[in-house]
Amino acid sequence: MSTATMTLAAAQIQRSPAHIATIYLKEAKYEFLKYLRLRVYTLSVLSFPIMFYILFGLVLNSNAAIGATRVPTYLIATYGTFGVMGASLFGTAAGLASDRGLGWLEVKRASPMPPFAYFAAKVITSLVFSTIIVLALFALGIALGGVRMPLASFAKLLATLMAGSLPFSAMGLAVGYFTGPNSAPPTINLIYLPMSFCSGLWVPFMFLPHVVQKIALVLPPYHLSQLALGVVGAGTNEPALRHWEVLAAFTMICLGVARIGFQRDQEKMYG
Amino acid sequence: MIANQEQTGTTTRVGTDPVVASLESVNKNYGPVHALQGVNFRVRAGELIALLGPNGAGKTTAVKLLLGLLQPNSGKVRVFGGDPTHPENRIRTGAMLQVSRVPETLRVREHIDLFSSYYQKPLPAGEVLAAAGLEKLSDRKFGELSGGQRQRVLFALAICGDPDLLFLDEPTVGLDVEARRMLWDQIRHLVGRGKTVLLTTHYLQEADALADRVAVIDKGEIIAEGTPADIKAQTAGKRIRCITSLAVHTLRQIPGVTDVKEDREAVELHVAEAEPVLRQLLALDANLAGLEVTAAGLEEAFLALTQDNSKNGNQSN
Repeated sequence: MSTATMTLAAAQIQRSPAHIATIYLKEAKYEFLKYLRLRVYTLSVLSFPIMFYILFGLVLNSNAAIGATRVPTYLIATYGTFGVMGASLFGTAAGLASDRGLGWLEVKRASPMPPFAYFAAKVITSLVFSTIIVLALFALGIALGGVRMPLASFAKLLATLMAGSLPFSAMGLAVGYFTGPNSAPPTINLIYLPMSFCSGLWVPFMFLPHVVQKIALVLPPYHLSQLALGVVGAGTNEPALRHWEVLAAFTMICLGVARIGFQRDQEKMYG
Repeated sequence: MIANQEQTGTTTRVGTDPVVASLESVNKNYGPVHALQGVNFRVRAGELIALLGPNGAGKTTAVKLLLGLLQPNSGKVRVFGGDPTHPENRIRTGAMLQVSRVPETLRVREHIDLFSSYYQKPLPAGEVLAAAGLEKLSDRKFGELSGGQRQRVLFALAICGDPDLLFLDEPTVGLDVEARRMLWDQIRHLVGRGKTVLLTTHYLQEADALADRVAVIDKGEIIAEGTPADIKAQTAGKRIRCITSLAVHTLRQIPGVTDVKEDREAVELHVAEAEPVLRQLLALDANLAGLEVTAAGLEEAFLALTQDNSKNGNQSN
């Protein structure tokens, strides 16, 4: 037998940049396809914000205004935040908790996959779904809600919401590391739905009870929605930098928690 | 079996080839549970070694340690002379683990495409599909496959990078007889190409049919190691079957008889050496009939070994 080919010297693993890019691309592509074909995900994550927008922004209140901003425009910012948050939380947390709890992550970890590619794929997939949701809201708003803004404002709104996907992806990783395959989705709902309400994503912020408005100040979706509303001229008068600071701090905290979970997992046996 | 006869020629080679993976005095605990205790275990280049043991014996723990998925509480784990978690080692290793859920909405060829991309010189997808018997299923989503077909996909992912060293954890669980034979052929083919394979199994027949060397593991300890023939010789002795009027307790008193079982009209004796017992038997019962003497199988050896182990364990408590 050709045991001569079996040398003890470790083969040098020198992946070319092109090879590394290919791995990251494929990892992200298949992560995206996996979710795109998962009806549970696409139905809840894509259709809810779009349905809400059609109902409350186009069917019911299309001629109303909140302050100086027309409702169809205002709600693109808030349902956009809602959609981005849902896509990012579910896209990372549910998959991670399931991969961890049911053995698939071990198969990946035992393979020569660059570990970071796994996380990058989840974040990229969340970004792509976030973009799809925001673009769908744009299209509906423009076509059916008479939303008119300079192209630069659309671009800025999209960029803001895409960047806003990152804190929630980080949060999803943290949740995914501390929940199991069955407990992850209800846990996310428990975070996602009350936070959405308290941050003024369903009912415009100024109509919320005073107590809730106070709570909102510590909630990340409030800060993202204020940034988005700022683009369409409906934000409160706080400086944008402050919102970004809160979101950045929140992201760092979530990544720290996720890292604790990651390290804990290195030592743990799964089911 | 035929496979065993082939192996006798390779026995001497097995002892001298370089060690590609090893556990040295490894202890692994999960809280108060001792999953592995003082385990020494070596995998040599080009061999097919079976880690044989009942469920919960520590087989999967051993594999996960060798894959760097777990860290030992004490002792050393070496793969290709280094740390199993090093990317240089991972790229030369393939693994088939027991998984409860694989992403179900991806197609078979997509799973293979992704895993192949991790390696420098993966096998062509067509070759991987053929080796795992998945040609006709390549467009199926994982969630649409049967249990046996899913096992084959996991096997395909283990081999797609053409690794030098393969860890197969219970690879044939849930396979029907035909699929099991096919996978055996594939595993033999890999060893024929110079690959090293460690497989865990609780099917004695599988270890017997495939392995150059068997390590029997029970309650976290390696209790025997050798070729399948060695293992059998070490403990099993012979099995004598006959029809006799002698009472069971009389048979038990014959020196050299380790066990007596009644089996329909006949009795079955387990003996260390057949000849002295046969002389006694024939002297005691002139009407003795239907005499058969066979070498005990790996199964008896396995049972004898694990039973001894539990007796020892009880005494030490």
